[in-house]
Amino acid sequence: MTIVKSTISRRSFLKASVLAGGGMVLSFSWLAGCKPSAEEALVLPKEWFELNNYIKIGENGVVTLMSPNPEFGSNVKTSMPMIVAEELDVDWKNVIVEQADFFPERFDRQFTGGSQGIRQGWKPLRTAGATARQMLKEAAAQTWKIPVDEITTDNGILYHKQSGKQAGYGEMANLAGTLPVPENAPLKEVKDFKIIRTSRKNVDGKNIVTGKPMFGLDFKKEGMLIATVAHAPFGMRVKSVDDSAARSMPGIKDVFVIKTLLDDYERNGFDTNSFNELVVVAGNTSWEVLNAKKALKIEWENAPDTIHIVQGWQGSQKVTVPGGLESTQGHQLRMEEMSKKKGDILRRDGDPEGAFKKAVKVLERTYNAPYLAHNCMEPINCYAHVTSESAELYGPIQAPEFIMRTLVARLGLPKEKIQINLARMGGGFGQRAYGHHMVEAAVISQKLNTPVKMFYSREEDMTNGIYRPTYTATYKAGLDENNNVIAFHVKGGGIPEHSVHANRFPAGAIDNYLAEGWSLNSNISIGAFRAPRSNFIAGAEQSFLDELAELAGKDPIAFRLELLDRAKNNPVGTTNDYDPDRYAGVLKLVREKSKWTETTGKNRGVAAYFCHNTYVAEVLDLELQDNKPVVTNVVAAVDCGIVINPDAASNMGEGGIVDGIGNAFYGEMTFKDGVPEKNNFHQYRMIRQMEAPRAVEVHFVQNDFDPTGLGEPLFPPVFAVVANALYKATGKRFYNQPFGKELEKEIRLM
Amino acid sequence: MATINLKINGKKQTVDVDPNTPVLWVLRDHLDLVGTKFGCGIAQCGACTVHLDGKATRSCVLPVSAVGDQEITTIEGLSENGDHPVQKAWLEHDVPQCGYCQAGQLMSAAALLNENPTPTDEQIETAMNGNICRCGTYLRIKAAVKTASQLSS
Repeated sequence: MTIVKSTISRRSFLKASVLAGGGMVLSFSWLAGCKPSAEEALVLPKEWFELNNYIKIGENGVVTLMSPNPEFGSNVKTSMPMIVAEELDVDWKNVIVEQADFFPERFDRQFTGGSQGIRQGWKPLRTAGATARQMLKEAAAQTWKIPVDEITTDNGILYHKQSGKQAGYGEMANLAGTLPVPENAPLKEVKDFKIIRTSRKNVDGKNIVTGKPMFGLDFKKEGMLIATVAHAPFGMRVKSVDDSAARSMPGIKDVFVIKTLLDDYERNGFDTNSFNELVVVAGNTSWEVLNAKKALKIEWENAPDTIHIVQGWQGSQKVTVPGGLESTQGHQLRMEEMSKKKGDILRRDGDPEGAFKKAVKVLERTYNAPYLAHNCMEPINCYAHVTSESAELYGPIQAPEFIMRTLVARLGLPKEKIQINLARMGGGFGQRAYGHHMVEAAVISQKLNTPVKMFYSREEDMTNGIYRPTYTATYKAGLDENNNVIAFHVKGGGIPEHSVHANRFPAGAIDNYLAEGWSLNSNISIGAFRAPRSNFIAGAEQSFLDELAELAGKDPIAFRLELLDRAKNNPVGTTNDYDPDRYAGVLKLVREKSKWTETTGKNRGVAAYFCHNTYVAEVLDLELQDNKPVVTNVVAAVDCGIVINPDAASNMGEGGIVDGIGNAFYGEMTFKDGVPEKNNFHQYRMIRQMEAPRAVEVHFVQNDFDPTGLGEPLFPPVFAVVANALYKATGKRFYNQPFGKELEKEIRLM
Repeated sequence: MATINLKINGKKQTVDVDPNTPVLWVLRDHLDLVGTKFGCGIAQCGACTVHLDGKATRSCVLPVSAVGDQEITTIEGLSENGDHPVQKAWLEHDVPQCGYCQAGQLMSAAALLNENPTPTDEQIETAMNGNICRCGTYLRIKAAVKTASQLSS
């Protein structure tokens, strides 16, 4: 057995708090098959020495790096350890990566979302590596009795050039692990990076292509039952359940109704509004419980208005979840009505009303988009084993921290007794920032007093979503006689939130500017969806700017650069939240890489956006072939600062673009009387191989800024490049998503 | 319940299940072969793709009683050491993001190359159209199928 020598509980340097249950994480192995591929080629050490929360070094020099954040496909399990390995100065070939469990006393921000993993992990991960490296140097200095400053490192070896002494990290790790933690270990210069900025393969690649168990749904434990659930349609609750047929079916152990959250529970912002009442079918196997669920006769009844107390970032608020059965048609009518009224003023510069009166040309356009379902390929699931003493959970979760408080309150256990272990997620896209499924699995296990793996059918997953909200926005702009923009007005609304970012471009570039927002409440649960709010407003804004550039008789890239020039040289206001130079930088790069000025005869659109601290510009070409849109090429320019793992970053960018094209053309969830009208992939159209773009190029601006987000920023502008290219292909502007539906209408008219 | 004999990944297996149970759940719940994934349950997403005598088949709608003498191959049995040309090509192109759909993608790709060792772009698009990748790795999938085609020849 491999021994782990740890003194970490006495000196956890990355977190001030005392380690709870120290050592548990080291002996905890959930899935024997879930080992990174690199390990196979390595000889495992007899003994590990733990230098800090992220780093264990074996006596033979093999290094284990903990990947703190949950992995949902953005490849943080490779890129975060790369940052540690860089500063530790080890050979990547000698590195084993291990997924950390949720362990907030040891790791900062174990949250995958908001495109913040790398940005916010940058400093702690570098510090972890650099500190350990300094401790190894100190150990060598003491052993060799020479000044620490004379010691250098290279690829896991310590050198003293003057005396010719050298030693592997493994030889010094035992002593290093006992030394005090230095406070200001020097970080590498960017120019000295050897691992960061080089492409490294996904550490789980081999496990994925050979089908090793690594997802929540793959988990198994002796004696575990399987459960599946039914939720009420939106605006309804359980009236009665006739389970007589289901109970007598083979393999069925129990059928019951249970509340996910207790009525007086003070929620946090990540406890969703719905999902509160579950009809549970538990049994021996997945097929048996799915079948038995179909045999249930559930009668639903209308639910009344419900008031929730929600502890959010803005303190405690009362939120009314209205009763009533909502439909898409009703939503649209209510939104049209609201659009005519004034919204809340979010920002006002100059005299917009006066400027519109002086304008020579005025353009006003309204954009609409539907609810979207996440449709992660892995349906919602979680394993839980809850006893009177403790709880163990294993499953796909982006934000374990947010659900811990809920679990503590619901299970009546202290948080030290609740262990959340992080499965690789079969997609996330924001859906798994909400941990209701973990609470569901836990209450089912608690009730049955047995280990349980709970999973949703695809139908349950799609019809009980935390959907991307439905949005609308009306843009209006005025041009003077020289075709300069002198007035600009955006009014956005949605259910249950609007998506206006009042201080984003083109705010700051126009003297007379007004931004308004409004919202309507609803009982349809919504939540984060890849680039929340930006994923609608970018498309609306950038489509509008395209049409405005045309009205002004200007090239769409030159038009944007003109506005950015104004924002740089003579900005309006002081709260603009973008850097005009970096914004212009991606537009210039995409202009060059797409050969924008040399291209004729192509149906080509351009769009740009800044969100999640990253600047993106995209150019997209499409053709209509047999009346079907074919995206022939996409060129993207991205400024996210230092790129950790270039090929994986391109993969992420390609994915964001493909996802954007799919949702722009086909993404749509509609509702009828509280019931989602699509429940599986035969109804909800997803982009497939034949509709994927024929080519995508992702280019990164080369600079030394600290890294920023990449999972989300390429997604929002796609909606606009698609709309702008469709205009070139059809001569019609596209204002209403999904564009595929609109295109079919146009083609019938053509 | 019925006793059913199966040949999976070259091995004989016997299961005692409801004969209507889809092969997907027999693999996952009864035989611990969880590489084959549950995605939709109605043969619309391709995550559950296995080979039935070498042909790509959606295991989520295939009752185990309908298998008969046909041999089932799952991702775990695609190659002994994870070195089937499609697996090698997938690693070379670093295809996966979340990875959940990839077993199904690989099985569809391997079945395509069995039938047609040098597919055109259009043939790849058609053959792979039944496999949804929510992360959008389609371009890399297509490139990897081409690389696998070269590796096989």
